[in-house]
Amino acid sequence: MNNLLALIPALPLAGFLILSLTGRHLPKSIIAGIGAGSVSAAALITIFIGMQFLQSPPTGNAYTQTLWQWMQTENFSAGIDLRMDALTLVFVFIITFVGALIHIYSTAFMRHDRDYARFFASMNLFVCSMLLLVMADNLVLMYLGWEGVGLCSFLLIGFWYETPANVAAANKAFYITRIGDTAMAIGLFLLFRELGTLNIPEIMTQAPAHFQPGASNVTWIALLLLAGGMGKSAQLPLQTWLPDAMAGPSPVSALIHAATMVTAGVYLIARMHVVFQLSPVAMAATAAIGAITLFVAGCSAMAQTDIKRILAYSTISQIGYMFLALGVGAWSAGIFHFFTHAFFKALLFLAAGAVIESLHHEHNIFRMGGLKDRMPVVFWTFLAGAAALAALPLISAGFYSKDQILWYAWSAQNGNPMLWLVAIAGALITAFYTTRLMIVVFWGDMKTHIGERPGKAMTIPLMILAVLSIVAGFIEWPHNLVHLSLFSDLVQRYLPETLLQEGHPPEIIFQLVAAAVTLLGVYAGYVLYYKNTSILEQWKASPAMLSLRNFFYKGWGFDDLYDTVFVRPFYFLTRINKSDVFDLLNKGIATTSQRLNEWFSFSQNGSLRWYVVGVLIGIIFVLGLQIWG
Amino acid sequence: MILAWMIIILMAGGLICWLLARWNKEVVKWVALLAVLLDLILACSIWWQHGGVPTSGANAWLIDYKAAWVPTYGISFHMAADGLSLVMLLLTYFLGTLSVLCSWNEVKGRIGFYYFNLLFTLTGISGVFVALDLFLFYFFWEVMLVPMFFLIAIWGDSNRRYAAYKFFIFTQAGGLLMLISILALYFIASAQNGAFSFDYTDLLGTTMQASTARWIMLGFLLAFVIKLPMVPFHNWLPDAHSEAPTAGSLILAGLLLKTGAYGIIRFVLPLFPQVTADVAWWAMLLGVVGIIYGALLAFAQTDIKRLIAYTSVSHMGFVLVGIFAFREMAMQGVVMQMVTHGISTGALFVLAGMLKERLHTRDIGRMGGLWTSMPAMGGVAMLFTMASLGLPFLGNFIAEFLILMGSFGSNVVITVLATLGLVFSALYSLRLLQKVFLGQPSSHISLPDLSMREMLIMASLTIAIVLLGLYPQPVMNLVSPVIKGMEKSVSFEMNNHQSVISIP
Repeated sequence: MNNLLALIPALPLAGFLILSLTGRHLPKSIIAGIGAGSVSAAALITIFIGMQFLQSPPTGNAYTQTLWQWMQTENFSAGIDLRMDALTLVFVFIITFVGALIHIYSTAFMRHDRDYARFFASMNLFVCSMLLLVMADNLVLMYLGWEGVGLCSFLLIGFWYETPANVAAANKAFYITRIGDTAMAIGLFLLFRELGTLNIPEIMTQAPAHFQPGASNVTWIALLLLAGGMGKSAQLPLQTWLPDAMAGPSPVSALIHAATMVTAGVYLIARMHVVFQLSPVAMAATAAIGAITLFVAGCSAMAQTDIKRILAYSTISQIGYMFLALGVGAWSAGIFHFFTHAFFKALLFLAAGAVIESLHHEHNIFRMGGLKDRMPVVFWTFLAGAAALAALPLISAGFYSKDQILWYAWSAQNGNPMLWLVAIAGALITAFYTTRLMIVVFWGDMKTHIGERPGKAMTIPLMILAVLSIVAGFIEWPHNLVHLSLFSDLVQRYLPETLLQEGHPPEIIFQLVAAAVTLLGVYAGYVLYYKNTSILEQWKASPAMLSLRNFFYKGWGFDDLYDTVFVRPFYFLTRINKSDVFDLLNKGIATTSQRLNEWFSFSQNGSLRWYVVGVLIGIIFVLGLQIWG
Repeated sequence: MILAWMIIILMAGGLICWLLARWNKEVVKWVALLAVLLDLILACSIWWQHGGVPTSGANAWLIDYKAAWVPTYGISFHMAADGLSLVMLLLTYFLGTLSVLCSWNEVKGRIGFYYFNLLFTLTGISGVFVALDLFLFYFFWEVMLVPMFFLIAIWGDSNRRYAAYKFFIFTQAGGLLMLISILALYFIASAQNGAFSFDYTDLLGTTMQASTARWIMLGFLLAFVIKLPMVPFHNWLPDAHSEAPTAGSLILAGLLLKTGAYGIIRFVLPLFPQVTADVAWWAMLLGVVGIIYGALLAFAQTDIKRLIAYTSVSHMGFVLVGIFAFREMAMQGVVMQMVTHGISTGALFVLAGMLKERLHTRDIGRMGGLWTSMPAMGGVAMLFTMASLGLPFLGNFIAEFLILMGSFGSNVVITVLATLGLVFSALYSLRLLQKVFLGQPSSHISLPDLSMREMLIMASLTIAIVLLGLYPQPVMNLVSPVIKGMEKSVSFEMNNHQSVISIP
């Protein structure tokens, strides 16, 4: 079993190598076969290993495989070593399984593209890097995967590189995540200086003995790692790259910017939970950042008009929920939300991609409409995804995961009513903008003519994901309803159990409030965008509402802020010093020598009179010295 | 003796090239290629013989060859190679081979003299990496300089004269300071030992007053940091790199800069352990200034070769930080950085040369969208810009990671600032990529993608950088006895991770 581990990342890697070296000479059918086949095979192996893992847990609750010694100095060593424990299993399953569905979808979605091979090569490389990220046994290898997914994200956001805006978006994504990555690197240095190892199991065992709980060094480490996670997972204040990242093809948004890469921060925090638990400050920071982000991004999602940007802001917001869960100590709830979110958000992006493609690359939802009857498959699957996003009670996977988070935001050890309040406000907003999206796109009049309808390769992945968006929640029920907790049983082989505070209100009240709030949000959307649109017209006339809407539309003005504070000064600084101020010094020395040379050569001009004058001045000078000296 | 043969082969090859050019221009290239390849094979054979056995402790020298030269003044033909020298020799001949290959069609005029200069520059460089007699070292130091001057001044670009003189004056000024220091050290040691000797091993244990030692050390150090280069002595580099022919830029960036770093490691640290420790803080500070300043300058440039040149300033800052951190791990990183920077920046210069051959410009404002017509070149360029910004699985990451993690134990603030260099490197690297290969194609003339010869060059560089990124251990094994040997003279704090230091 251990020996199969390496195959999981190796298959997509092989796909990448074949496609990048020979892809330009291969027919599209073979490219599709290699690209989608490698990931699908990896998914099958994962399922096989996962079955074994569930049936007969290995010793130490993890499979490991050592490939080779990567680097070793006297007091540091890192290997290319893989590890599969419960947490990894969940992530690997999502990456390969959802990844395979997205690859299959892409074979049809990208069929007209000139750079078919480059697309699948990059996608395969992404899957490989992401797998290394979650399977790494030490933090250096994890960092390799971490940077690798950043590269692939860059390559795929800027996939249609001939449009400068796409390249700018790709660069922005890379820059901002790199800021987080750099903070994370410093965190690794600090961790190594303290513990002398970057091996994950060793850190887990040594950290509690080494660090005083709440000590400044462990807080720094946790905060720096958190900063890395914030960059990758687009949490405030490093969230601005994700909406722009929608410049990439829709399958890319589904795979990288919804299901997998953007949750790398969640993985990192869960993986390093021992370190975070030692620092109450870092835990509180994680929860606060999650809460603020879910609210800020949710508000922004309400005002967007581009279908993919709505989904992007909603992704930021949903990851905010995961951070919130981790921060309050509800470890398994955070991971469970990752699990369900991967299905329904990938589904929404893929369905959105199908809509966009059929409507001749129209992104504006107000120029869509009336698609309910004309694209039934897309409609029904989108509806399933939207229901999960809005967390419709009992019938959607999103409900089961989000309800847990809402409950723990108040009742878990680090939870408090403030966090719960923000989270429940976020739930209201989510339900509202999801309804708005559904109604505007699928009801009303048709505004754009439908072109080519999606084929089977696109609709079948949609249907599978739609089913999962409904049923995936059933493996983990709220304690007070049904005693079934398959998911938390699994991940709690690695993660700690969620501890509750004393004396909180009963769980059923929270559930009822959450359900009511969701339905209220749906109803508000229904009223505003379907039943009585005149209210909206009145709002549009009011300048205050309009400026609020613009404020949300521009993502709370973060881009403008960063532009003023960082980008412009940087450009200014580099521009004024383009010719290198130090060179003036050298040029100065050169000119001085030249001037001196001119003066001295002027004195040597061959005229006898000048020489006589010079001699006389010298004599007078010497005499003067004698007399007055 | 094998070391002497390497030098002789290159010199002889150079002379033959010059003489043969009268009769046959085509043969000249092959002679040059053969000479460098032969040396590459010799270097590999040394590695084959000694690489597997990690030499322990006292004697890290794999090969030691000594013959009298001018015995009256204690000048000998003393050459030796340890793991560090061997790594640098391998890099020299690897990049040397590629420099011959990338000149194949680019150089048209005075072809014999060109290859003479090219091979003599390589002679000087390999001599520097093996000379253990300080007189001999200085000799090779100068041999490296003069042919390079001609390469820039004759086969360079439009502003070549200016660049060549600037290069010459800067390096020569440093060289003279070093000569004074060598002589001072020579006389002091001779007075102590009672015998004249320029030999490294004889000079090693020389005791001096701290003030004397400081001045002598500064002479050496200045020569080396000018070559490295360290801000504010870096201004020769952008001009020389951008005006030199492709092979010249490749050798400058890939090898010449490394002689500076090599000199510090080989001579400054072991000869003056105490006083070096005194300037360590300043050197690290200037290193980190170089990292950030070079990156800012690189971001602003519009000339592709100037841009790459400034990235070298930035990357060499890491070397300076790493050396003066006095940690084993950082030192391992420094050697890796010397090798990987040689490969990655060399590759970028070769790419810039290929672009110039096709477009006849170095202005990135006039490029753009080149990926469409040259996907293979675009892919390779992507790989090496990623190497340059320190992406893991490529060699540069290992280097920078080890340097930073090693230095962190020695100076937190400086290391954190140096780590910020990773953000800046992303800024200039992606800008380069964006301006040249991405965006709207500026013209609709389709350019030829990589030819077979170019493909060969880029493929070997690619394999090298990926191998170093995924399996750097062989290089680290070669170097580790050298670093352990230095540990004795310079007070390295080896088990630094055990010292628990609270956060500043």
